[in-house]
Amino acid sequence: MPVREIAGVQVDVDDEGFMTNPDQWNEEIARVLAAEEGIAELTPGHLQVIKFMRDDFKEKGQPPTIRRMNKVGGIATKDLYEWFPKGPAKKAARISGLGKPQGCV
Amino acid sequence: MSNQIEKVSIVISRGSLEGVYPGLIMANGARMEGIEATLFFTFFGLDAIMEKRINKLKVATVGNPAMHMPTMLGMLPGMSAFATSMMKKEMDKIDIPPVDEFLEMIKDAGADLYACKATVDMFHLTMDDFVPQVDDIINVGKFYEISAGAQIIFT
Repeated sequence: MPVREIAGVQVDVDDEGFMTNPDQWNEEIARVLAAEEGIAELTPGHLQVIKFMRDDFKEKGQPPTIRRMNKVGGIATKDLYEWFPKGPAKKAARISGLGKPQGCV
Repeated sequence: MSNQIEKVSIVISRGSLEGVYPGLIMANGARMEGIEATLFFTFFGLDAIMEKRINKLKVATVGNPAMHMPTMLGMLPGMSAFATSMMKKEMDKIDIPPVDEFLEMIKDAGADLYACKATVDMFHLTMDDFVPQVDDIINVGKFYEISAGAQIIFT
């Protein structure tokens, strides 16, 4: 399994650059990953999404769907697309240190 | 990178539950991948955007060999309703929303939704018959105009 250094930390990643161990994640890493996705700054909105995704992952063992982020996390779908343009579920999961979402919705 | 799909236009022409969902899932999936998406509802596909029919779509149990059920059985009263409720239950488990909520989600995701003018005229409908997510009623010429540079998918 590939290992890369992000923000001074050695983290396990998969072939597509998704972290495979969420426990190695911290907010500094999130900032670096966000920048790689074209998100220059993590706003309170981004951080709210990241927090929900990580909490939900702990409970469910998989990154939440967009619907779940809306229904359970109270995050409007429009906001999600605005904050994480071009692929919100995937980008947000990657920045949150989670694996790639596997569902179709 | 240049081989990536950047834009899709998805035509939904059928009004059964199993006829509508694939197009919706593909449109939503496109937006999730950052692909521009347009939905065009035509013929019985219009049921999926009609206020009074949107949540009454049914699975067709007759004339569908993949149901693995004798045609005569599929004709029995309640069979279609039963198959429909089974399918909805399973879809909910994997977080696929009901059609009305799905349209909201797809619209919020930035897709555009259109109704086919020929069908609208044929069925004597107006914008008032449709859910608010529908942007406009357009003719086929306009559909091609909007679809410039897109992959067109007919379902």
